[in-house]
Amino acid sequence: MAKVKGAIVVNIERCKGCQICVPTCQQKSIAMSEALNSKGYHYAMTINDECNGCINCGLVCPDGVITVYRKKYD
Amino acid sequence: MSAPTREDICQLENEVYSRTTLLTPAPLSYCPGCGHGTAHRLIMEVVEEMNLQADTIGVAPVGCSVLAYDFMDIDMQQAAHGRAPAVATGIKRLYPNKFVFTYQGDGDLAAIGTGETIHACNRGENITIFFVNNGIYGMTGGQMAPTTLPNMKTSTSPFGRDVETMGYPLKITELIANLPGTYFVSRQSVHTAANVRKAKKAIEKAIQYQKLKKGLCFVEIVSNCNSGWKMTPLDSNKWMEENMFPFYPLGDIKVPK
Ligand SMILES: Cc1ncc(C[n+]2csc(CCOP(=O)(O)OP(=O)(O)O)c2C)c(N)n1
Ligand code: SF4
Repeated sequence: MAKVKGAIVVNIERCKGCQICVPTCQQKSIAMSEALNSKGYHYAMTINDECNGCINCGLVCPDGVITVYRKKYD
Repeated sequence: MSAPTREDICQLENEVYSRTTLLTPAPLSYCPGCGHGTAHRLIMEVVEEMNLQADTIGVAPVGCSVLAYDFMDIDMQQAAHGRAPAVATGIKRLYPNKFVFTYQGDGDLAAIGTGETIHACNRGENITIFFVNNGIYGMTGGQMAPTTLPNMKTSTSPFGRDVETMGYPLKITELIANLPGTYFVSRQSVHTAANVRKAKKAIEKAIQYQKLKKGLCFVEIVSNCNSGWKMTPLDSNKWMEENMFPFYPLGDIKVPK
């Protein structure tokens, strides 16, 4: 059966650290960084390998900083 | 085949979601977590998907979204406070084949601009109004708006809105839905993925219906103003669900027969 695997790429410098994406991820794949970006925000980052590319985080991000990818494999 | 690596997945052909190119590269001026950004993006996504970039004229308000013309990569005009529906009326009458919309906050649309809003709706102008209702004047420091909830604290109602002295919140969306000139009226939110999907459908309809020339389409987006409400973005969205939605219930209010 074909399976899917996803991944996100966060535009770190544009993330304002609002955290709205964190609870929207059913796979608990997103958390905020310890480090700060140059604007002083903790940014969203992937913390596990469970992303399925559902795009929920991309949909709710007010600044559109999340790009989502999804790939099928056998 | 074993699971693909992150590098295999993050290839252009696997991209399933990215920021629409109809938002300019300029960083949005909104506070972290503010729904204005999501609302901008959704409207621009729909304009892009309908291939209307060259045929759309937007009118920006006064309020936090005053700079919408810097963010939406389409033809835009900025209007005096509350006057966006009047400006859009003029634009639409000169360019009847363009898709013309206004983007307004509640202080703009339901306070200083109430007259323009009601009369544009009542005239049945063939324009679309996107109304972002956060129950407060965000830009100027969180003052009470006509839409502020009973008992809600703002900088000008520090003990909460007392309806005895300050009056009742204005449900302007229900009000204009009663006017014969409105064709499609809906209330949505953009704080969760499910709500974003629904809001996008309403925005699509509000754009499609404008082509029918049957009257004004109006989409309210109940949103947060985490700075004005003095909450974190996540807390403000929770507060919005618990307090704003019971008073401003989501869903279609007027649909074509
Ligand atoms: C004629 C005029 N009166 C008052 C103001 C001050 N003013 C600027 S924005 C604003 C209210 C904006 O609130 P809202 O429309 O709810 O937008 P938000 O900032 O919350 O998105 C006011 C009263 C102004 N700019 N012009
Ligand atoms: S003040 Fe309120 S409405 Fe304005 S950008 Fe900040 S959160 Fe948004």
